[in-house]
Amino acid sequence: MRALVTGLSTYWGGRLAQALEQRSDVEVVVGVDTRDPRTPLERTEFVRTDSSHSILARIVRATQVDTIVHTHLVVDSTRATSRTLHEINVIGTMNLLAAAGAPGSPVRKVVLKSSGLVYGAGKADPYCFREEMARTGPATTPVEQSLLEVEAFVRDFADDNPHVDVSLLRFANVLGVDIDTPFTAALRRPVVPEILGFDPRLQFIHEDDVVEALMYAINNDIPGVYNVGADGVLPWSEVCAIVGKRRIPLPFALTNLAAEPARLLRLWDIPPEAMALLRFGRSIDNTRYKRAGFRYGFTTATTVEAFAQALRLAGTIGDASPSYRYEREVEDFFRHSPAVVRPDPA
Amino acid sequence: MTDGPERATERALEIAAATHPDVDLTDLTDIDPGIGRELVPLVRPAPRPEPDVRRSDVDQWGRSENFRAMTRRIFDPIYKHWFRVEWEGWEHLPETGGALLVANHAGAIPPDAPSIMHGIEKDLGRPVYGLAENLFRTMPVVGTLWSRNGGVAAHPDNAYRLLHDEEQLVLVFPEGTKATGKLYKDRYRLRRFGRGGFVEIAMRAGVPVVPIAVMGAEETMPVLWKSPRLAKVLNIPYFPITPNMLALGPAGLVAYLPAKFRIRVLPPIYFDVAPNQERYSRSRVMEESERIRRVVQDALYDMLRRRRSVWFG
Repeated sequence: MRALVTGLSTYWGGRLAQALEQRSDVEVVVGVDTRDPRTPLERTEFVRTDSSHSILARIVRATQVDTIVHTHLVVDSTRATSRTLHEINVIGTMNLLAAAGAPGSPVRKVVLKSSGLVYGAGKADPYCFREEMARTGPATTPVEQSLLEVEAFVRDFADDNPHVDVSLLRFANVLGVDIDTPFTAALRRPVVPEILGFDPRLQFIHEDDVVEALMYAINNDIPGVYNVGADGVLPWSEVCAIVGKRRIPLPFALTNLAAEPARLLRLWDIPPEAMALLRFGRSIDNTRYKRAGFRYGFTTATTVEAFAQALRLAGTIGDASPSYRYEREVEDFFRHSPAVVRPDPA
Repeated sequence: MTDGPERATERALEIAAATHPDVDLTDLTDIDPGIGRELVPLVRPAPRPEPDVRRSDVDQWGRSENFRAMTRRIFDPIYKHWFRVEWEGWEHLPETGGALLVANHAGAIPPDAPSIMHGIEKDLGRPVYGLAENLFRTMPVVGTLWSRNGGVAAHPDNAYRLLHDEEQLVLVFPEGTKATGKLYKDRYRLRRFGRGGFVEIAMRAGVPVVPIAVMGAEETMPVLWKSPRLAKVLNIPYFPITPNMLALGPAGLVAYLPAKFRIRVLPPIYFDVAPNQERYSRSRVMEESERIRRVVQDALYDMLRRRRSVWFG
């Protein structure tokens, strides 16, 4: 297998590249991103691209990769303006699929990391979304709109390229100390927001399960759309109780406006799509991916507990993971210099 | 990728050896063979058995048995001494398996749902989930209390999961707000049973419908007059003026008149159709829906014929 990972410098891209490097049948791992990688990598080749992957077609042709893992979809709108969000998600995916679907393209598998955000959160929602269900209200936030556009591209691509296995994974909200999402960031604070009078049902997934789920789609030929979320749902009040945080109620009307001071004080930054979750909650049906053979290491409750434990450890000893800085010369030396004695691949 | 399954397993074990030193081959007996062309069994350490970390007993529907128990303690005196609920046809309630309980609906703020749920949970020992308007989900505090007490938004998929996957008892009022918002002069005259969606769900889930006729709820909080203007301003289905409110002011929103309750459970209706179909014949669905409405209506007329007093039964 020759694999290409987009978003190498994101948390997911880095972890996937590390996992791919471990596999003896993966000959080449190429990673692209706009920034330097933030994880130590053994043999992954890093190429710097612009955010919309415009040179991807050339990279695919030159490296003859057969598998593309697209982790570089922004699902956290606090990370990017709606302009860059559009550029990365919509244009980036468009260029990526164009590269994968070019005539004579060697690509036979595309795995994408999407989000349960495509289902939205509203009052008319079913309590548990199946893959084939559509959202009940129009997408109002840029991140949701861009993800819906991305999924439309992916559907068209899968229809036009039946010889390519396209696996689209929609993940529930991720919890883990190594990953920054509006929820993990808020749960790190001494106080956590809630909407007065609402205690929604929420589903989470452990960061390790996300990597395993993506690896599972890479290892297997399971084309299709899959929801990936841990078993069970918890009320938000219970999530906060397990993590041991007090809740501060926000008014139920004009909630986004009322959350603005906390945003300015950098206490929490809960974007509108996450605020909708704090009101209506959401859970996604994970049975299809289970039927495809995937097994979760964590339930929603143990995911929250593991997160709470990791937070406690980090609170005592600080950040346990050693910091890493990418130095191109050093990396190039270890990968390509004839002076380095490399073990025989056989 | 033309390797056989043995090769796949071998490859999986290779990967496993590299990534997870102490592995446990996950049991793969329940995999859908149609889903993928060649499955590499997932190999990963068995999930760590964590101590039970739950702090509440809220289930995936938002219902909490602890919460229900508390509500039952509060509601029990009202049930026993105020409404003096009496049941008939108790033997028609199924002790096991899913069933859709279909009842008539009445009262400006209907007391029939809590009474039916209370009686069945107390004496049959089975939880009852009550389907209701999405409106509840948008209401702060009330919506959360409603959900903890077994209220579920009336989405067809929610009902299907409860009935088919979990084999629970589900209570539904197909008339919806048309019934609770009707005027006192129209009491005990059933409204249209929606679009028959409840029949379709029961058919799809392969469960019987158990019709239930409730007498007494109409007189506990009758609607004398409605203000469409106020309803529009408050964004609620209707704004009722009730004698309770006229007599007690705002307290009339929660104070019921002590009408005698009589609840008659009618024989279950089984539909002789295959479950899990995409669609069911519209005419058949409407026919069954109308038949169930008729059965409940007739039972109500029969009960009203025998009723000597609104307050004493």
